Amino acid sequence: MKISYYPGCTLKTTAKNFEDSAIAALMRLGVELAELPRWNCCGTVYSLASDDLIHKLAPIRNLIRVKEQKQSRVLTLCAMCYNTLKRANIFIREDSESRDKMNDFMYREEIDYKGDVEVLHLLEFLRDEIKFDQIAKKVKHKFNGLKVAPYYGCLLLRPKEAAIDNPENPTVLENLLNSIGIEPVDFPYRNECCGAYQTVNEPDLVADRIYKIVNYAKGLGADMIATSCPLCQFNLDRRQELVQRRFADFEEMPVVYFTQLMGMALGVDKKTLGFNSHYIKPTPLCK
Amino acid sequence: MVNQSSKIIDKVSELSEQNLYACYQCGRCSAGCPAVSIMDTLPNQVIRLVQLGMLDDALQTNTIWICASCFTCTVRCPKGVDLAKVMEALRQIILRKNEDYVEIKGISEEEMSILPQIALVSNFRKQTA
Repeated sequence: MKISYYPGCTLKTTAKNFEDSAIAALMRLGVELAELPRWNCCGTVYSLASDDLIHKLAPIRNLIRVKEQKQSRVLTLCAMCYNTLKRANIFIREDSESRDKMNDFMYREEIDYKGDVEVLHLLEFLRDEIKFDQIAKKVKHKFNGLKVAPYYGCLLLRPKEAAIDNPENPTVLENLLNSIGIEPVDFPYRNECCGAYQTVNEPDLVADRIYKIVNYAKGLGADMIATSCPLCQFNLDRRQELVQRRFADFEEMPVVYFTQLMGMALGVDKKTLGFNSHYIKPTPLCK
Repeated sequence: MVNQSSKIIDKVSELSEQNLYACYQCGRCSAGCPAVSIMDTLPNQVIRLVQLGMLDDALQTNTIWICASCFTCTVRCPKGVDLAKVMEALRQIILRKNEDYVEIKGISEEEMSILPQIALVSNFRKQTA
């Protein structure tokens, strides 16, 4: 099966291991990602001001690229891209006046876009289409009692119109981990904010969040945290350096992408999974 | 004075598309906010300031900048007020005067070299004009 794929900027740079591991794991499941030609940055955050149409053009242009490929849906990996594309799509579908204005502005595009592309996140695609029991059948690697704290962050679950699962009680990541032979811990911080872009000018705020999140995961006996957002991953992993400086009692913990665990379970070689680019090396996986 | 206040609420209501009078100050937004510990004013108090027409006071809080649009309050508000949109409206009122909150030049080269693009782009989208 082939599906259109929107990578977004960070998956080509600091989160290259997210993209590489997803491509390799999906190949083992018989899915090929067809990267969109001429994709552009989605803007990373959905514009919340009512009159701000200009910032909704970037995500919509990417959806026009999907239509140009004669496709009806697009897969995303980054939680921020997913949320931005998904919400812009709902907006243009439901607000006909703004839709006309935006299409008029993009008069050089050959397609008048109506909001008819389906925006999918990889986790919902695995759950609804590939199915977890089918993934379980293809597992080649045993993790021997590895315990993982699933971390959703914000943008896969909120607001409700963009949620891939129940915003307060999600299960999709837990179910995926179970299907590949990993025990998920019951993690109350899984849908809490990591501090997001405050990491740029308020890194201490982020470090305080990470201290709480990682400590709680540790207390539950988790060996590592699994996430689906390159910004969560940066904050949870790289900012542990700052957490260590702020809190003497802090013990580090590796933070991986769920696709790296999936890749490993399905027999992808470790070199492809890119564990070397983590700040805290996921040593339990590198043995 | 009354006219002045209602105009202010109109501006924030228009930008956020929210009915600010719907808020009955239950405080559930503040109870669940992950960044409330370093806010100088609680999120529900910011709404109250706008309800009272005290826009300048609302704009001077650090709350509107600390809010990272995680939408926890948005999904929990029993009155359906999208607080993330209200915070965005308040930020926009300042940013549209061409005033940056974050000074890009103040970010060190070392930090620039490790920060992912999504961190920088989203931060500048939210906190620069």
